[in-house]
Amino acid sequence: MSAALFDAADDVTRVVGVTSRSAEESAPSSAGRPAAVAAGSIRFQKVEKTYLSSAGPVRALTDITIDVPAGSVFGIIGRSGAGKSSLLRTVNRLERPTGGQVLVDGEDISAFNEDQLVALRRRVGMIFQHFNLLSAKTVFGNVALPLVVAGVPAQEVRTRVAEVLKLVGLEGKENTYPSRLSGGQKQRVGIARALVSRPEILLCDEATSALDPETTLSILSLLKDINRRLGLTIVLITHEMSVIREICDHVLVLEAGRIAETGRVWEVFGNPRHEATRALLKPLDRGLPDDLTERLTSLWNGEPATALVEFTYTGAGGLQPDLARLLAVLGDGTRIIQSNLDRIQSHVSGRLIVASPARADLQHLIANPELAHAARIIGYDAADV
Amino acid sequence: MTPQMYDRLWHAFLDTLTMVGVSAIVALLAGIPLAVFLVLSAPGGLIHAPRANRVLGAVINGFRATPFIVLLVALLPFTRLVTGTTIGVWAAIVPLSISATPFFARIAEVSLREVEHGLIEAAQAIGCRRWHIIRHVLLPEALPGLIGGFTITVVSMIGASAMAGAVGAGGLGDMAIRYGYQRFDTTVMLAVIVVLIATVCIVQFIGDTAVRRLRAR
Ligand SMILES: Nc1ncnc2c1ncn2[C@@H]1O[C@H](COP(=O)(O)OP(=O)(O)O)[C@@H](O)[C@H]1O
Ligand SMILES: [Mg+2]
Repeated sequence: MSAALFDAADDVTRVVGVTSRSAEESAPSSAGRPAAVAAGSIRFQKVEKTYLSSAGPVRALTDITIDVPAGSVFGIIGRSGAGKSSLLRTVNRLERPTGGQVLVDGEDISAFNEDQLVALRRRVGMIFQHFNLLSAKTVFGNVALPLVVAGVPAQEVRTRVAEVLKLVGLEGKENTYPSRLSGGQKQRVGIARALVSRPEILLCDEATSALDPETTLSILSLLKDINRRLGLTIVLITHEMSVIREICDHVLVLEAGRIAETGRVWEVFGNPRHEATRALLKPLDRGLPDDLTERLTSLWNGEPATALVEFTYTGAGGLQPDLARLLAVLGDGTRIIQSNLDRIQSHVSGRLIVASPARADLQHLIANPELAHAARIIGYDAADV
Repeated sequence: MTPQMYDRLWHAFLDTLTMVGVSAIVALLAGIPLAVFLVLSAPGGLIHAPRANRVLGAVINGFRATPFIVLLVALLPFTRLVTGTTIGVWAAIVPLSISATPFFARIAEVSLREVEHGLIEAAQAIGCRRWHIIRHVLLPEALPGLIGGFTITVVSMIGASAMAGAVGAGGLGDMAIRYGYQRFDTTVMLAVIVVLIATVCIVQFIGDTAVRRLRAR
């Protein structure tokens, strides 16, 4: 019943255009995918990567062991230089691990010879931050290239290119050169080029980082749509947390070449455990307004005052901010001051800050596991907040 | 100028055209593969051949450091081996080609090296083999630079071909020296210079236009 309520609320936000997330998109993405899909799984097993540079060896990855389930959208985040690109690029062996194994559909790709490698790369598409389109070829020429070099007959090349250009919304642009396209259109060409060989896996290295926010949203919904309709596994790197929130099922946080933490997006974002994750999520957290923090005192002198209480939700166990329960505990005069709540994959997480008349037993009352995953009194204000 | 002179001028022009044209084609056909090899075998490139890369680089530098007139003489035994003679247009074509090839190879190498590495990676990522990368990425993406470099090569070959008179190859430069310098016939010399300038301008114009067309897309 409460789930239905939230879905309806999401529909409303979509209609009024506050956010592009539809009720469908926030549901777990396994729904509606063809059941037959199994290909497209990746397993990293004790992956190590050390670059040999002129300044000496640079250790980029250490002991990375993780599974990417087939058909999922898997996000990789981390500070600049954390090793995200290095890890992603081991999947199509643009980068060769110096230790450990990368298994694609259960096969260890490090042993592949050139023919096998070419075959692998036709099953693994890749898109780039700066698109990397060939300026000397038209849109058609760019998208057709993977098929042309694979020796696909010209007639089939034409139908498949037309098909995939339609999928990315670029019909009629066949004879245009990339320099005449906008950033979003260029990335669509990049996506079409990656998809034309009908891969099982799509690797995206900062694919939306060079795009404006609106174009980013349209590219993300295209990726999501592709993931859903084609059952493609998507592994993406981004520095925009909103991208992870928008389309990923799982997220991996890298820090200095190691796994900091990993899990379902709602788990990691709702309850970040590692300092690196918290630092990355910081921009999403608005924090308390300055005028409030300046006035708050940490102790209550017993005079009539307002207490600011923060409730934290991690999304676990379906526990959500239940207003009736909160009111029953806090009583009259309770107001919401700030809400930093987010609904990710049907789990509500974040912080809710309320103002309530100060009383002696408040600390005791709010320490109730039915109210929130955690609760604390931020401070007191003698005046009215 | 007598009609006879016009006839000489015309033949000299044809000789220059033959020498430069044939040598330019040789330089193009030999220079591009050399440049491609230099780029691919550079450290971190698609071909692992550091020693061959260094040797080739040194040989190219050696030829480029040698003045053409010296090369012309030094190569005489080789020229005879190839053409059976050491005088005439064909005897000039051999040293001219050998001098122009390393020159063009270096210029072409620069253009090829400027092709963004990301494009090569993208090509690898879609399953291109080395040959596909050369054919679909390196050469087409570097084409404007290659044409610009080829134009420079041809223009400097027109200059170098003037020295071919030393092996009796004739041509415009040779005519200018013989009539203008040795016989003090200023009119003929000026006429030859006008033809040379016009030829260089036309070559440059064709090259520039091609580059502009390619860059405009
Ligand atoms: N080709 C390379 N040679 C030497 N060091 C490299 C190379 N590529 C990446 N590195 C180093 O490896 C580390 C991880 O890089 P990268 O995977 O690109 O990080 P991210 O994508 O997370 O920013 C960095 O310290 C970087 O300097
Ligand atoms: Mg990176």
